[in-house]
Amino acid sequence: MTTSAIIMIIIGLGIVTYLVGRARAVTLSQGKLSNMHSRPVYYGAYAAICAMLPALAVLVVWLIAAPIVVEKAVKTSLSETTQEISVATGNLTFGTVRAIAGGLTKLTPEELARAKAGEINLREILGARGVPLASETDPAMVAAAEDYNALNATSRMAMTGVVLLVGLLGAAFGLRRIAARFRARNGVERVILVALIAASCIAILTTVGIVGSMLSETLRFFASVSPSEFFFGTVWDPRFSAAGNANSAGQFGLLPLLAGTLYIAFVAMLFAVPIGLFAAIYMAEYASPMLRSTAKPLLEVLAGIPSIVYGFFALITVGPFLRDLSANLNGLVTGNYQSFIQAQSVLTAGLVMGIMLIPFVSSLSDDIITQVPRAMRDGSLGLGATRSETIKRVILPAALPGIVGALLLTASRAVGETMIVVLAAGVAARMQLNPFEPMTTVTVKIVNQLTGDLEFTSPQTLVAFALGITLFVITLCLNIYALYIVRKYREQYE
Amino acid sequence: MNIITDTALEKALDAKMNTTPLKMIGKDVSVYYGDKRALFDVNLNVRQNTVTALIGPSGCGKSTFLRCLNRMNDTIDHCRVTGLITLDEQNIYDSAIDVVELRARVGMVFQKPNPFPKSIYENVAYGPRIHGLARTKSEMDQIVESSLQKAGLFNEVKDRLNEPGTGLSGGQQQRLCIARAVAVSPEVILMDEPCSALDPIATARVEELIHELRANYTIVIVTHSMQQAARVSQRTAMFHMGNLVEENDTDKMFTNPDDQRTQDYIMGRFG
Repeated sequence: MTTSAIIMIIIGLGIVTYLVGRARAVTLSQGKLSNMHSRPVYYGAYAAICAMLPALAVLVVWLIAAPIVVEKAVKTSLSETTQEISVATGNLTFGTVRAIAGGLTKLTPEELARAKAGEINLREILGARGVPLASETDPAMVAAAEDYNALNATSRMAMTGVVLLVGLLGAAFGLRRIAARFRARNGVERVILVALIAASCIAILTTVGIVGSMLSETLRFFASVSPSEFFFGTVWDPRFSAAGNANSAGQFGLLPLLAGTLYIAFVAMLFAVPIGLFAAIYMAEYASPMLRSTAKPLLEVLAGIPSIVYGFFALITVGPFLRDLSANLNGLVTGNYQSFIQAQSVLTAGLVMGIMLIPFVSSLSDDIITQVPRAMRDGSLGLGATRSETIKRVILPAALPGIVGALLLTASRAVGETMIVVLAAGVAARMQLNPFEPMTTVTVKIVNQLTGDLEFTSPQTLVAFALGITLFVITLCLNIYALYIVRKYREQYE
Repeated sequence: MNIITDTALEKALDAKMNTTPLKMIGKDVSVYYGDKRALFDVNLNVRQNTVTALIGPSGCGKSTFLRCLNRMNDTIDHCRVTGLITLDEQNIYDSAIDVVELRARVGMVFQKPNPFPKSIYENVAYGPRIHGLARTKSEMDQIVESSLQKAGLFNEVKDRLNEPGTGLSGGQQQRLCIARAVAVSPEVILMDEPCSALDPIATARVEELIHELRANYTIVIVTHSMQQAARVSQRTAMFHMGNLVEENDTDKMFTNPDDQRTQDYIMGRFG
């Protein structure tokens, strides 16, 4: 029986148990539901949980453990016949065995017998039937493949039996426990609580796992390149062609990348902050409720556009436009039609990233501005201040800490942004201040280092993890600081 | 309650009351919030240098009427005001009237003390700065000092003018808000339940202050407390369900009201 069929059966069992349990509870209540500790649905749910949870747990454990056990058994028998010791070749042979095992089901019994005797070329036949093999086969492998198939079939039969038995036992147990004073509701809620805890654990453990793996790879990188060279180096020259050559590791200076990252983020904030802030002020203070209810979601649609879309907007529209504009300006002033803005430049990337960030700035600031108590506005308006005086002198100062927090959150997005800079900023790692020239960022270099056909042992690829964790630490610090400021601000009005 | 006032001045003002000119006139004032009508053709006049108390049960429209007097209702979406309200015989809802200028002449103190998150000095200086009332720093210092003095707060805060206004106690904050309103030199001061968030001692200080301010300003106060209305006001107006029930001299109102509903409310039978 296939795994999905087993799962379907368990679910079916759960539904049946649920219905039976509920009916049983209704019968037990003798028409007066308050006789029972819990509502009938809880008894049904409790019985269903008893039927399904242990069975599913056994299924999962079996699915994980069985292949390991089978592999070990087959490998042992293989090494007895072929005397292979090395782990690598053992694995390779086992891979072939597994492929043969898959192919054997497609052979006729007659062909199978001949293949076992070594009379026909199994590789050709299986190749013709759509099962490619890595190497020629020998009779020992075919025998091992048969073993493998047999073991798997046995394991599957046993699994089906055990899982269904556990399910039935669980259902019987759950149904037997239904009684007037049995606290099914508490039991069900405990299970729900455990599920909720498990869900939050998954999120946290994933984060910990990612950071852990990045850290370990970073440490491997720092084994070949010293941290001081990485953090304070001013030259980025990973020398891809020399990858694998221990003598020329290349130079991995972080500073040019960091400079590019911060410069582009700065240019982006230069565009996003005033526009976003003004939009927020208009939305929060001036816009009529009707306009606000339509315009605000529209503005926030901007935030939903995937950044790759902004990327090619930058690549095919903004970049060439800026280049042509600069050429025309230059021509008008000097008569020489040469563009001084390159299509890929800090300005292009910053401008487009700024557009992307506008909705973040405006939405966050809008929330913070509307949080300023109405009493502040009334107080100021009641003294004869105009709206703009009220905003300038009372509301913005009161909202300032929160707005600064919002801007820091936005800045951390700008620092971590990838697709726009990959397409619009260029790949030249250099330190310079001309916004019309291309520069590159940490994220672009991570993409560069990881695309291609390199193994994860050379510093050329491992540097991506060091870059990643540097970026992670920067954005983490920005976020923590921003949250700290926002929280501190909130305390003022509560 | 021992209220220290200039009794001679008080008496003189009281005697003059029926002949005092009307500072503000409300004629057939109705207010709508969207489709809901909150005030029904209210006719209520405010006399100069008089404390007029607006009383009535919650939701009766007294605060709504108060907020019409300096057009603070303009800041509420979907709010519409009809009828005529004049300040010194000039229609304040006329398009020729600048609402900003109006609010400088008709100041407001709110229910909850709402000092700005600035220093005490800056709180008081806020209005004068906006309206350009002081040309030099020393003039501003003088305005701030005299305003705080009028609000009876100067002695308590003179050593910490640069500390935040939000750090004061509730009663001090409310007097700071009164000082802030006074600093703009308004002609009328509207007070929307100014003592409802204060303890009895702070309330007594503010009531005392209202008495003192009466000499120079016209005051309209909304209050939930009948005793407060009786203590501080010379004229009282009773609202019920958006209607003006009765308007009378405070003494008469609390001893021998014309309207049965006023009597019931004052006796505590509803509200």
